[in-house]
Amino acid sequence: MRIGIPHESKPGETLVAATAASAAQLHKLGYDVVVESGAGAASDQPDAAYGAAEVTVGGADDVWSSDIVVKVNAPTTEEIGRLRPGAVLISMMAPARSPELVEALATAGVTALAMDAVPRISRAQSMDVLSSMANVAGYRAVIEGAHSFGRQFTGQVTAAGKVPPARVFVVGAGVAGLAALGAAGSMGAVVRAFDVRPEVAEQVESMGAQFVTVHDPAMEATASSDGYAKEMTEAQVAATAVMYDEEARAADLVITTALIPGRPAPKLITADTIAGMRTGSVIVDMAAANGGNTELTRTDEVVVTANGVTIIGYTDLPGRLAAQTSQLYGTNVVNLLKLMTPGKDGVLALDLDDVIVRGITVAHDGSSLWPPPPVQVSAAPAAAPAVREPAAPKPPPDPRRKVFAGALAAVLFVLAATYSPPDFLGHFTVFTLAVFVGYYVISNVAHALHTPLMSETNAISGIILVGGILQVGSTNPAIAVMATLAVLVASINIFGGFLVTLRMLEMFRKD
Amino acid sequence: MSDFLTWEHLDGLIQGLYIIAGVLFIGALAGLSKHETAKTGNLAGMTGMGLALVATLLKAAQNAELDDGDNLNGVGVTLLIIVLAMGAGGAIGAWRARTVEMTGMPELVAILHSFVGLAAVLVGINSFLDPHAPQVGAEATIHDVEVFLGVFIGAVTLTGSIVANLKLSGRMRSSPLVLPHRHLLNLLVLLASLALLVWFMSYDGYAADPVALVPLLAMLALALFLGFHLVAAIGGGDMPVVVSMLNSYSGWAAAAAGFLLDNDLLIITGSLVGSSGAILSYIMCTAMNRSFVSVIAGGFGSDGAVSGEERDYGEHREIQADAVADLLANASSVVITPGYGMAVAQAQYPVAELTAKLRAQGVSVRFGIHPVAGRLPGHMNVLLAEAKVPYDIVLEMDEINDDLADTDVVLVIGANDTVNPAALDEPGSPIAGMPVLEVWKARDVIVFKRSMATGYAGVQNPLFFKDNSQMLFGDAKDRVEEIVRNLR
Repeated sequence: MRIGIPHESKPGETLVAATAASAAQLHKLGYDVVVESGAGAASDQPDAAYGAAEVTVGGADDVWSSDIVVKVNAPTTEEIGRLRPGAVLISMMAPARSPELVEALATAGVTALAMDAVPRISRAQSMDVLSSMANVAGYRAVIEGAHSFGRQFTGQVTAAGKVPPARVFVVGAGVAGLAALGAAGSMGAVVRAFDVRPEVAEQVESMGAQFVTVHDPAMEATASSDGYAKEMTEAQVAATAVMYDEEARAADLVITTALIPGRPAPKLITADTIAGMRTGSVIVDMAAANGGNTELTRTDEVVVTANGVTIIGYTDLPGRLAAQTSQLYGTNVVNLLKLMTPGKDGVLALDLDDVIVRGITVAHDGSSLWPPPPVQVSAAPAAAPAVREPAAPKPPPDPRRKVFAGALAAVLFVLAATYSPPDFLGHFTVFTLAVFVGYYVISNVAHALHTPLMSETNAISGIILVGGILQVGSTNPAIAVMATLAVLVASINIFGGFLVTLRMLEMFRKD
Repeated sequence: MSDFLTWEHLDGLIQGLYIIAGVLFIGALAGLSKHETAKTGNLAGMTGMGLALVATLLKAAQNAELDDGDNLNGVGVTLLIIVLAMGAGGAIGAWRARTVEMTGMPELVAILHSFVGLAAVLVGINSFLDPHAPQVGAEATIHDVEVFLGVFIGAVTLTGSIVANLKLSGRMRSSPLVLPHRHLLNLLVLLASLALLVWFMSYDGYAADPVALVPLLAMLALALFLGFHLVAAIGGGDMPVVVSMLNSYSGWAAAAAGFLLDNDLLIITGSLVGSSGAILSYIMCTAMNRSFVSVIAGGFGSDGAVSGEERDYGEHREIQADAVADLLANASSVVITPGYGMAVAQAQYPVAELTAKLRAQGVSVRFGIHPVAGRLPGHMNVLLAEAKVPYDIVLEMDEINDDLADTDVVLVIGANDTVNPAALDEPGSPIAGMPVLEVWKARDVIVFKRSMATGYAGVQNPLFFKDNSQMLFGDAKDRVEEIVRNLR
């Protein structure tokens, strides 16, 4: 089957759905790939690069007449019209927010797969474009903020005076927030973060940032109930607002990433707070596409307030690292197609029983399949079918039984010893003591030395040679021959064992 | 010379030398428990052996001198035979020790055990044929039991070690041989041997009743079979336990010979080796969370039914060598967990080169060794030492497990069951409860593997399907060399 990669029609779009590298991987799955001329130019993917990767570079008509069309942004009405009936379209579609698009796709009779509807199960992580993009966007948000900020992030003591580190406050510790934390931290800033889910504190701290908690009796009242602050009481909202105000005023760079699914972004930073921020400080509002987290954000614009605070409302942060984002998007697409091309023969198999495939299939065969049935999120086993009853713990053995058994053995042994010849008992004393010496000498041997130890004991057990030597002089030819043989094989053991131990020990060396 | 051999205090001199040899042997084993003292320990062992041999040669010469000429050859002939036999044996042993490949250590150790077993059998039978043996009374009874026991243990060690050697060198299938009613069979052999012992003791020694040889030889045949069958029923992956168990047996065989010959040195040495081998086996078994009995009973991993229901673990991801090189170059800490596969592919040299290169670039590289990795206790350590990996970066499982969560990249080279999360997560798994290297906690895991086949235990490994694992297929040696090239 043929995969077409069109030039993105959205004005200012820099991304492309397949880089030369990912297109080559698609080709490996058995597909013919055709890329519209110039599609990757803004992502540093010139036509020549595609040509080198066994990918055809063609015109728009070649691309849109393909069996499968892969793009980044949701298709326009005109683009839907260019698709062949029965073709497969793969792109981001935001199906939950655009019912009319889903309807149009169903009517057109195409199979539409929404990359941004991949269910959040662990198996599907390698196809999750939202995570990939949020990751890049978080990094870029710090870069944009640093670019507008008039100082360095890192603190230094120089001959020209002391430079304090910048203070960065990140709201929301999702993928984007964590990426921003990491980027700002590695540039040397002091990073603080807040999230309404207290359980992410550990993730925040793992990135080297400090998790901000709201110290207020109102918060602690319900904090332990279910860990998810869905409905905060008024007292809690007020306490949180005070914290936002304090943190934002103290910060040089504020990055906000707070989103509520299906609703406009919450207004967390008020105009009052911004008016109280230092001149030159910067806010990067990553929720700008959904209305923004500050009262003064303007989508896709940079606003400078009267007191000199810059508010960046870009919504194309991933597109500002086009080469990187295209590469990640392309890899996500490759991973999806790997799943859907089980034979690696270039034939797409739409297995609607697979939760991932079902989850992203928005329209198929002329009917809308949105929304999909709810997916069991997380890898929690479906109520493990046969959980074994944990075996009842064995009752600890009665210590008296041990003592009794020991005493019995001792009595029996003494009885047997009483009737044994004294010579034997002498040997038996030696035997018993040697067993215990061996036990204690070996008990704490270093694991790495097990092999040399074994060849050493092997050599030592060649001591049985002594037996052979003492018998070898016999005039009985049978005894003499057997004893000679015993001496021979035991000598192999002794010499071989000691020498190979020596050889091994020579090899062990310390750095 | 003959004055010296008839000197009345010669026996005391010999005993003294034996005691010093015994002390030196204990010192040898104690020394080998630490890297710093290991070489001294080996030297002590060699010295002890030298003294013991000198003392024994004196004893043999004394016996020949004191003999009235009926039972023993002259001093000259006796010493000549001994020197010739020892020279030949020593030459063979030295040659093998010098030429053996470090990957072939398990086979060598196993075959050396069989020699001790053979010698024990021969010494035991000789002692029975010896006309000086006590013929009546409690001493005769004890002597009979000693002969019987010595030959029995020796024979089991002999065939068991040969089978272990064949399995380890791949000349015999390493999967367990499962005969019907095998436990019953072993029990029958033991009972039959016991019956033969009773029969054997009803005679008054070889000189009076040569027919006593019949039950002895019948038992020998049974014991040879038992040794074969015991080890044949144990799979290749349990070989570390088997080898150290055979080590223990060879010690007990030597101890039994000591009782036979009234020789305390043999008893001391034999029991030292016997108990140390037993402890090593016990350590191995603990590492696999299995009881000693279940390992010795064998048959593990043979019946496919134990692996439980087929589960869909999802898709594995593949990675190429150049991508692994990038990953390693950008990592700050790397842990390598080798397994038997590294030995098979002879990949220890490129692995050492990779380690040196990464360390030169400032990457912290350490090794995590599972106690039962390989086919011999400590097998991996020896291979890495051979390739000049410093031993202070080669750590045990317990030392490294807590650090794995902070590790950037883990390279799993030829290991499977020892890194299987199912041991902890799936109570129904055949390896459930076995302590494993928790490599999946690291940021990235690269698994070097020939194919998606299961490991020794026949259990699927969910590690391969984790989100942070990627598979690098192919021969481990080639792949590691490719990574080294790409690191430039």
